[in-house]
Amino acid sequence: MKLTVWTYEGPPHVGAMRVATGMEGLHYVLHAPQGDTYADLLFTMIERRGKRPPVTYTTFQARDLGADTATLFRDACLAAYDRFRPEALIVGASCTAELIQDDPGGLAERLGLPVPVIALELPSYSRKELFGTDETFYQLARTLAQPCGRTPEVSCNILGPTGLGFRHRDDVVEVTKLLDAMGIAVNVVAPMGSRPSDLARLGAAHFNVVLYPEHAETAARWLEREHGQPFTKTIPIGTRATRAFVEEVAGLAGIAPRLDTGDLRQPWWSASVDSTYLTGKRVFVFGDATHAMAAARVARDEMGFEVCGLGCYNREFARPLRALAKEMGVEATVTDDYLEVERAIAAAAPEMILGTQMERHIGKRLGIPCAVISAPVHVQDFPARHSPQMGVEGANVLFDTWVHPLVMGLEEHLLTMFREDFEFSDAAGPSHHGGHAPVAAGEGGSAPHPPEADSPRSISGHRKDAEPVWAAAAERELRKIPFFVRGKARRNTESFAAERGVAEITVDTLYEAKAHYAR
Amino acid sequence: MNDGTPIGCRSAPVLRERGQHEVFCGLTAIVWLHRKMQDAFFLVVGSRTCAHLLQSAAGVMIFAEPRFGTAILEEGDLAGLKDANEELDREVARLLERRPDIRQLFLVGSCPSEVIKLDLARAAQRLTRVHAPHVRVLNYSGSGIETTFTQGEDACLAAMVPGLPATETSNLLLVGALPDVVEDQARVLLAGLGIDHVQVLPGRRADQDPAVGPHTRYALLQPFLGDTAAALDGRGATRIEAPFPFGEEGTTAWLRAVADAFGIDEATFARATDAPRARARRAVAAAAGTLSGKRVTFLPDSQLEIPLARFLARECGMEPVEIGTPYLHAGLMAPELDLLPTPVRLSEGQDVERQLDRLRADRPDLTVCGLGLANPLESEGLTTKWAIELVFTPVHFYEQAGDLAALFARPLRRKAILAGSFSLPVAGNTPGSGAEPRRAP
Ligand code: SF4
Ligand code: SF4
Repeated sequence: MKLTVWTYEGPPHVGAMRVATGMEGLHYVLHAPQGDTYADLLFTMIERRGKRPPVTYTTFQARDLGADTATLFRDACLAAYDRFRPEALIVGASCTAELIQDDPGGLAERLGLPVPVIALELPSYSRKELFGTDETFYQLARTLAQPCGRTPEVSCNILGPTGLGFRHRDDVVEVTKLLDAMGIAVNVVAPMGSRPSDLARLGAAHFNVVLYPEHAETAARWLEREHGQPFTKTIPIGTRATRAFVEEVAGLAGIAPRLDTGDLRQPWWSASVDSTYLTGKRVFVFGDATHAMAAARVARDEMGFEVCGLGCYNREFARPLRALAKEMGVEATVTDDYLEVERAIAAAAPEMILGTQMERHIGKRLGIPCAVISAPVHVQDFPARHSPQMGVEGANVLFDTWVHPLVMGLEEHLLTMFREDFEFSDAAGPSHHGGHAPVAAGEGGSAPHPPEADSPRSISGHRKDAEPVWAAAAERELRKIPFFVRGKARRNTESFAAERGVAEITVDTLYEAKAHYAR
Repeated sequence: MNDGTPIGCRSAPVLRERGQHEVFCGLTAIVWLHRKMQDAFFLVVGSRTCAHLLQSAAGVMIFAEPRFGTAILEEGDLAGLKDANEELDREVARLLERRPDIRQLFLVGSCPSEVIKLDLARAAQRLTRVHAPHVRVLNYSGSGIETTFTQGEDACLAAMVPGLPATETSNLLLVGALPDVVEDQARVLLAGLGIDHVQVLPGRRADQDPAVGPHTRYALLQPFLGDTAAALDGRGATRIEAPFPFGEEGTTAWLRAVADAFGIDEATFARATDAPRARARRAVAAAAGTLSGKRVTFLPDSQLEIPLARFLARECGMEPVEIGTPYLHAGLMAPELDLLPTPVRLSEGQDVERQLDRLRADRPDLTVCGLGLANPLESEGLTTKWAIELVFTPVHFYEQAGDLAALFARPLRRKAILAGSFSLPVAGNTPGSGAEPRRAP
């Protein structure tokens, strides 16, 4: 048993729903208690879909338990087939149905439906959402992809986008543009945007472009083995990675690389003198492994930030992430416990966080600006406007999104010069952003908000060891330091004092520490 | 109520349906209960699905470090129940150590814990012994196989009843978790009637638990409290039969029933209620203009559907087409059914696909439904009011009557405003709305 308040990932059947909801002509019959239908609202509210997810739930109740639930499942399959006439059906169990052992796969098979029925084995008590997407897509590809000859022109599949994916909609558009510029045709985009009948011709592509390894790596490996299709390993997030991706694709296609950079503004924006103040800003990066690793590289190599922490919540991809963290000289935080992430962030004392919805709120709590780079995300990160993370426009979007929460250069200087100015009081935060004002009542948009009340937050507990004491004058001096670097100054001074066995921190200690940590 | 319109649905036929239910499970009630009971922690014993549900239902509020959590069962816990009990005891001990402010701990059963027959009642007794007297540990089930949405509150309150202190005095007990501001208004109204020995279940803190005994009379504030009512009856208390306090009329009838039970005279009643009644009528009238003559359908969600339809029909001039409710407790609902205009289609339970077929045939002006259905129905050109808000927003009693009507008027007003800027529906360009999937060029 593990006590959990926040989960980065849902259960694996939600992953299967993401695959089914991204597709057309596929229906999912899920053996699940009434109540598990809550998952529909992730798609209808957060992603704002104008259509119900193609999922039929058996919604069994206590009185159905016993032999009855198998009948219920069969009836639900038949009714779903009759009503929706899908090209293929996936069937499976949610966590509760896994315990009652009805075998959805076997039951559905015996119905003799005239379409492929794919049984999903998704172990709910040991795996999570991302396993669910990857496994579901793999099973679909494995069952539906037919042997077929290659297209006469050079073509590829785009693999990985799903329902409820962070910027998947726009990434596909951007990557298609990159391929287009090289004259490479897109055979199938899957799972999102395809039908089961499209998956039948997956094998016709010359190679595969894997955008999100979390969702499509197993399928891509299988296609490589069975259909001889190599797949891309570079994730085109950021300018450098986009270039590398174009080269990798060109290699697989056997053509010359070509990248249309007419609209690429990020490198100049980053090089312009206005951005100089970004140099060495300490950022903490956390998310799914793919987005976190890509963001860490962009942060270091294209923004000139210093990566002071790197982590991911999906253990399946921990190995490459650890390697990158090592290369960057930071400790890897691999955990699905947000309290642990909060501790790691507090310890690293970054000037900015790049993370998920949870890190956004951790940042709010700690007074550190944050930009979102990975799922899970809330409704505001399914924007109406075009906002890819990948390709040329993606690089532009990253620059704007990451710089926006930071105090602007001039403002930073003025804050330092006139730090006694009442308008620059700590409570005000960045003037252009209202970043640390109290959360607006309607934030998050769709989710229901019961009346807020103050609740003690002490789940993480408090640790108070023998820490150096601040002399009053030093404390006053510390207050003169602008709020956005004060936390770091306090921490640095304290560890400086602790290392030297200094019991009381004076103004001198403060400035000695400042000199010591100067960069 | 002799105003000439045909009323009374008590004996109307009810369409009872089985099939896919598009509803929340009872765990969801934790989201508001933990706010009301300020020293309680709700520990769900369940799966990752249960944790994910709470997170999705609680939205951003989860970040206030809420007093609820899920002890997620892992593979090892399924193998042996003995170990699961040990694990639970350990997690509870750790939790209580970290949160010394907790005085009441609810072990909340889920589908997985019910199916593997983890005996949480026994666990609650065991843990009460270990952590007494500082913490009291209770148990109820909020599983989807046993409870629908607001029934979670019923199960929770019913579990509290056996532990309530006994009393021989004559007191009034209000039952149901309401926002503090509304609860205070109710107390003021009752004080105006001269009834001041009022207690509320649930109390805001463990030491504010009401007392119950043979001279206790209780009035329900919410329609979904059938098991709690039965438990109170079991302690010898008497229920005051009344419609529920929604709208001016509902509030007046509810107060009237309480006043009658306590022998309050007509003049006192008028003195206490005339002014707020008039205020409520005026406030409702402001929204009724938008609502009057419009047809409304309720899909099943919270058991609030019947009283709310009654309010909309009688005070706002709407015409109910179908009133769906997840569960119809005939006894508690009788005074409401008496007031409903006839004829109206009542349905209990759900087969969501067939119900949506009926809805599409009816095409009401307003559909009250859950969040999983609202946007898809909007994209079909129907106007919706998402139902959960009716549970989370202060809507009871006189001062909220206008807000209640406005909640239903707002989507209609919005549609009228937006109609000028583009032609509805607009969902042709939203994902999954039937737009052609991307294909190879
Ligand atoms: S308001 Fe902006 S800067 Fe502040 S925490 Fe949220 S995203 Fe970060
Ligand atoms: S329906 Fe059952 S399994 Fe699903 S979230 Fe509710 S209690 Fe958990």
